[in-house]
Amino acid sequence: MTQIQEVSLDEIRHLVSDRAISGETMLLNMGPQHPSTHGVLRLLLELDGETVVNCIPDIGFLHTGIEKNMEAKTYQKAEVMTDRMDYMNTVGNNFTYSLAVEKLIGLDVPPRAQALRVILAELTRIQSHLVWLGTSALDVAAMSVFLYCFREREEVLHIMELVSGQRMMTTYIRPGGVWRDVPVEFEKAVRDFLKIIPQRIDEYEAMLTKNPLFLDRTLGIGPISAEDATNWGLTGATLRASGVNYDLRRFAPYSGYEQYDFDVPLRTEGDVYARYIVRMEEMRQSVRIIQQALDKLPLGPVRSNNHKFVPPPRSEIGTSMEALIHHFKLWTEGFSAPQGSVYVATESPRGELGCYLESDGGPKPYRVHFRTPSFDNLQVLPFLSKGFLVADLVAIVGSVDIVLGDIDR
Amino acid sequence: MSDTLKGYQERLAQAFDGKMSEFAGEVSVFVPAQKIEAAARMIHDEFGFKFLSFVSAVDYWPAEKPRFHAIYRFTAIEQKLTLNVRVPVPGISPSLPTLEPVYHNANWHEREIFDMFGINFEGHSDMRRILMPADWQGHPQRKDYPLGYEEPQYSFNFDEIAARKPRGKE
Repeated sequence: MTQIQEVSLDEIRHLVSDRAISGETMLLNMGPQHPSTHGVLRLLLELDGETVVNCIPDIGFLHTGIEKNMEAKTYQKAEVMTDRMDYMNTVGNNFTYSLAVEKLIGLDVPPRAQALRVILAELTRIQSHLVWLGTSALDVAAMSVFLYCFREREEVLHIMELVSGQRMMTTYIRPGGVWRDVPVEFEKAVRDFLKIIPQRIDEYEAMLTKNPLFLDRTLGIGPISAEDATNWGLTGATLRASGVNYDLRRFAPYSGYEQYDFDVPLRTEGDVYARYIVRMEEMRQSVRIIQQALDKLPLGPVRSNNHKFVPPPRSEIGTSMEALIHHFKLWTEGFSAPQGSVYVATESPRGELGCYLESDGGPKPYRVHFRTPSFDNLQVLPFLSKGFLVADLVAIVGSVDIVLGDIDR
Repeated sequence: MSDTLKGYQERLAQAFDGKMSEFAGEVSVFVPAQKIEAAARMIHDEFGFKFLSFVSAVDYWPAEKPRFHAIYRFTAIEQKLTLNVRVPVPGISPSLPTLEPVYHNANWHEREIFDMFGINFEGHSDMRRILMPADWQGHPQRKDYPLGYEEPQYSFNFDEIAARKPRGKE
């Protein structure tokens, strides 16, 4: 192949209508650099005037072979790759992967680490929803919301930097616990954030929820019934806006979610507006969860003391021969997991984020597969957008909340 | 594990003469490749697992019979149950019936398996590559496909690099 790749119409002939072949409808390329496709998503649109007849998503521009690369690294070293998948939910990716590794090797996590994981995962959910709110409001031409949302998102990223030294790619949650205990300023920083965020969410709602321009662009756009949404494998707020009560935090509680009191917001309309309402309410519920977790944050260790799997603390290495041996073994050879396979799913801001992990008994995962929510949520786009205008398509893409790094992996 | 789930697993294993394996408290039911569509219909219609979590595959190269395992995970949202199904697939012209008519979201998952492992899905409405470029050769997640540290190929040096590149078997 020395010439530029040509895509012939024959390849996608079965996806477009006959009218596209006769030239009656227009085939238009949208993306991969279009600002409202939230990343490098390419959509091939078949348009009749301004109405979408067919929409063919083309993905893979961000494919980095994370699953294949992880097969060549030890369980600990592979974890840094998970951050780079869904870059809006880095903590949640570490969380899912760590839970899968812990299930595979049967490792227990101390209660303090479990609570810290929940706090950080919920902070990430708020952060991710803020980015979603800002960018999807921008898609329907509400400029100011974007600026306010990024102001609050910065507060969350400051907390992430406080605990891990990194704003986004934290790798703070590790198999067996968390990297190290949070600094003393952590609790105050989170409480300060919790104090401001509920009224800020009210402010965003004041800008959008009853705004007639916003209602015109979102009410009744891209609806999907509960039955269709389940069959298309939608998860997260996109599914719950159709009235299906599927939240992994309730369906299969992990990391102590069963002890927190929170509601799962539901709507039945299944349109863009319903997804907006559900996500706004989810942010408020996340605030409730963080509040409870912070109030009863237990004291104690933050990583498992099973040093066959978790590296010993730095202080022990200088004094204990055994600790030095463990340290050396873990960072060179890694630990071996028993032969078998596990699947663990968590509720990411976008839906069911699952990690399938298979071990052949060696120190490296034999197969890692991530069931990413955006992959399934984007898949339904042709179904949702049929018969709507191009401008509505932009609102729909925004409302299903996709992250292209999550789709392509 | 609940008795309802156990009942479903046993019915499934009985109906499709499959065996079961257990690890870390989770049971996988093995179903022969030709019968997966019938099994999926049974799981969807009779058992009420309306949600397909994911479809994926594992390559056990150099084992040939079976070389691959396709993995299906079904979820019953109201009953709060999940069901794992594994399907052995031979290495020579690997092929499976599609689940697209039963679960719409199998479409892209099966395309990804085709792209990454080269397992063909019969009756699939859109069997194209999904993540890799349309003209890519080989299937990257097969175990006989080298991981890399490859030189980046551009249009001006493509043939030169391709000629000395170790390639997986098609």
